[in-house]
Amino acid sequence: MRNYETFEYDVLVVGAGGAGLRAAIGAIEAGCKVGVVSKSLLGKAHTVMAEGGAACALANVDPEDGWKVHFRDTMRGGKFLNNWRTVEIFAKEAPERILELERYGAVFDRTPQGLISQRAFGGHKYRRLAHVGDRTGLELIRTLQDKAVALGFESHMETTLTRLLTSGDRIVGAIGYRRSDGGLCLFKAKAVVLASGGWGRMYKFTSNSWESTGDGVMMAFEAGAELRDMEMVQFHPTGMIWPPGMRGILVTEGVRGEGGILKNGNGERFMFSHVPDFYRAETAETPEEALRWVDDKKNNRRPPELLPRDVVARAIYKEVKEGRGSEHGGVYLDVSHKGADYIKKKLPSMYDQFLHLGDVDITRQPMEVYPTIHYAMGGVTSEPETCATTLQGLFAAGEVACGLHGANRLGGNSLTDLLVFGKRAGDAAGAFAKSSSFYEPDTHQIEEEIETLFAPFGRKDGENPFTLHAELQETMQTGAMIARTEESLTTTLNEIKQVQERAKNISVSGDEKFNPSWHAARDVLFMLTSSEILVRSALERKESRGGHWRTDYPNEDPFWAKHNVCAKKEGENIKLYATPVPEPPAEYQEILKD
Amino acid sequence: MTQTVTLHVFRGDSNGGEFREYKVKTAPGMVVLDAIHQIQKEQDGTLACRWNCKAAKCGSCSAEINGHPGLMCKTRIEALPTEKPVVVQPVKTFPIIKDLVTDVSWNYEIAKTIAPLKLKDEGSTEPLRMQQEDVDRVQEFRKCIECFLCQDVCHILRDRHRKDIFYGPRQMVRIAALAMHPLDASERRPFIKDQAGVLACNITKCCTEVCPEHIKITDNAIIPLKERVADLYFDPIRALIRKVKR
Repeated sequence: MRNYETFEYDVLVVGAGGAGLRAAIGAIEAGCKVGVVSKSLLGKAHTVMAEGGAACALANVDPEDGWKVHFRDTMRGGKFLNNWRTVEIFAKEAPERILELERYGAVFDRTPQGLISQRAFGGHKYRRLAHVGDRTGLELIRTLQDKAVALGFESHMETTLTRLLTSGDRIVGAIGYRRSDGGLCLFKAKAVVLASGGWGRMYKFTSNSWESTGDGVMMAFEAGAELRDMEMVQFHPTGMIWPPGMRGILVTEGVRGEGGILKNGNGERFMFSHVPDFYRAETAETPEEALRWVDDKKNNRRPPELLPRDVVARAIYKEVKEGRGSEHGGVYLDVSHKGADYIKKKLPSMYDQFLHLGDVDITRQPMEVYPTIHYAMGGVTSEPETCATTLQGLFAAGEVACGLHGANRLGGNSLTDLLVFGKRAGDAAGAFAKSSSFYEPDTHQIEEEIETLFAPFGRKDGENPFTLHAELQETMQTGAMIARTEESLTTTLNEIKQVQERAKNISVSGDEKFNPSWHAARDVLFMLTSSEILVRSALERKESRGGHWRTDYPNEDPFWAKHNVCAKKEGENIKLYATPVPEPPAEYQEILKD
Repeated sequence: MTQTVTLHVFRGDSNGGEFREYKVKTAPGMVVLDAIHQIQKEQDGTLACRWNCKAAKCGSCSAEINGHPGLMCKTRIEALPTEKPVVVQPVKTFPIIKDLVTDVSWNYEIAKTIAPLKLKDEGSTEPLRMQQEDVDRVQEFRKCIECFLCQDVCHILRDRHRKDIFYGPRQMVRIAALAMHPLDASERRPFIKDQAGVLACNITKCCTEVCPEHIKITDNAIIPLKERVADLYFDPIRALIRKVKR
């Protein structure tokens, strides 16, 4: 067997985005020896791309706001598939975590009173997003990075984990490789925090970076953890569509939060004709009311551009499908009426991005946008209080975890999610590690993983991993995108099966030293399994809800209104089953009504 | 009609290497990183490069393109001369790992020595009060995406190889963000002068020119830090007071 280096940590954190770093801080402060493994360099994780802000009911701008309203908005936005207790903890603790981050060194934009400024965002009743221009994610990750580094932990940068190791139903560590030289690393840990982010790379047009291949969620699945809501994918309404190489790159919801309006190819402000009854009472009826809202939020209602993301994404899809698209098959997003100075101050990176990459000056011209795959609402089932998964010693936080967002995530809730549940996972893993000890990993599992990892080097003239990845992306984009049917999903499922067969014959050339095709060979195996689970979960949910739009079942269904689709590994098979959504207590039902 | 672009990409590691020629199909708006990805997918899967966001927000894909340090995700093929090949090589200041990937770990090591923010009211949980105009300059520094292009072009680091005397522009920006935070209570000047070595900078402003975030590194970070150090160490009145006290 190949040699590997062994490292021992009380708490091993998988992923160095916002959730991983906040978990590391929690575990270090609990007195643990902490190791953090990340596929990229520190500070480069996908968190860095979050733009708009972090939602928290500080009520600095709108004094009417409070945790109950944030709770209500999040549950309604998620179409009640959320775990209410997770949402309660989240809404209550969000302000604390943001103020804590400020004390770590984050420098948010200010109100005239010198407090943290807050901006409007889709689905949030009040102005709620703490922000730094349109680079809030960078502020968050850099602050946590600096804080964690100051506290002290061991960092394994550019290291990819590929298997969680178990002893019985307990997680005892993980194995993977260093990208620089292909060296194998075995990590023994008393507790593991999974903070590995999402899996948008299974789609062709996505705002996600190369890292979002879902290794984390699949490692948990392979080890026997329960997953849920895997069919729930967020299509962010506004991704870039032109030029072709930029397709999918995010255009922050902050553009609409700052007053940006959507127009179709005929120049019509179309969102007014796409307001669902569920949101009618809280949405402006006319462009005049929407305009008045900008200066007088008390007596006017929000513009329809600020409806939750699933609603806006579907509206854009319909406009284009019905022949009212823009030049390159999207719609127009225009914020130029806010003036150049304001735009450059509040949306500086959008200004730069369009000017340099798209030849569009957004202070004078509209942007062209189309929905892009953005976020995974589903993931590893985790307990609200501790983020504990169904496996002992494994905790999950951030995008890889499931419970907070239900069928649709509100913009701004993910950054705060990282802080609230990153901390809870780190604290709980720290406490768990204190009363636990190291266990010997099963050598059979180690050997098996080494075999899987290195097999592509031993094959000649087999399949190209990049080609298989591209084919997977093509079929996911066609059949499991924003509008889904039994037929489209079944076709995609069959195509996934075919690619899975071919993936048994992936071959790569070169050696183990920083070899992207070798890295892709393992990534694509993870993405094939997660895609299969996603599509099969989508076939189960025979209704439309949030991000999951079945055009053959356009309505909500009373059974699925109260059930999550769960997935678990049983032998070599994927077992799917429905689990009742936890029912909120009576006093919370009241909050949710109005 | 599909057009092609010719690239000469450095292939090799610490034992040496060579430029290899690749021809890549172009598309409107294509950037250098797109071309590198196409080579990986269609011609040679072993070509190593770093990238993450492809939107100039993470600072991973730094390289030297036709001799100019820049982000591959932000450099449009159309903006480069077409009559000769596009030359892509790794940043020069840091040791090469493979192809376009270099070992930038030194930046992370020295970052550990920079003391974090120390608030005047440490231990409190009260919301901080700061005016926007007082945080504007700090926010400029905090735009840094750690692409290390400024470190790459810094003469002290690149030509004189003196990582032992100067932390480089990136860390000056980081230190400036802390030192100019309205509520920071640390005395940072001895550190800025001695360990971080601010006086080594000879103000050629090369770092400012390459910054993809347009941070005025020299004018707004390094020069004010030099002034702070000068105030403490080279002010004749303070020197007199020091003498008298002794």
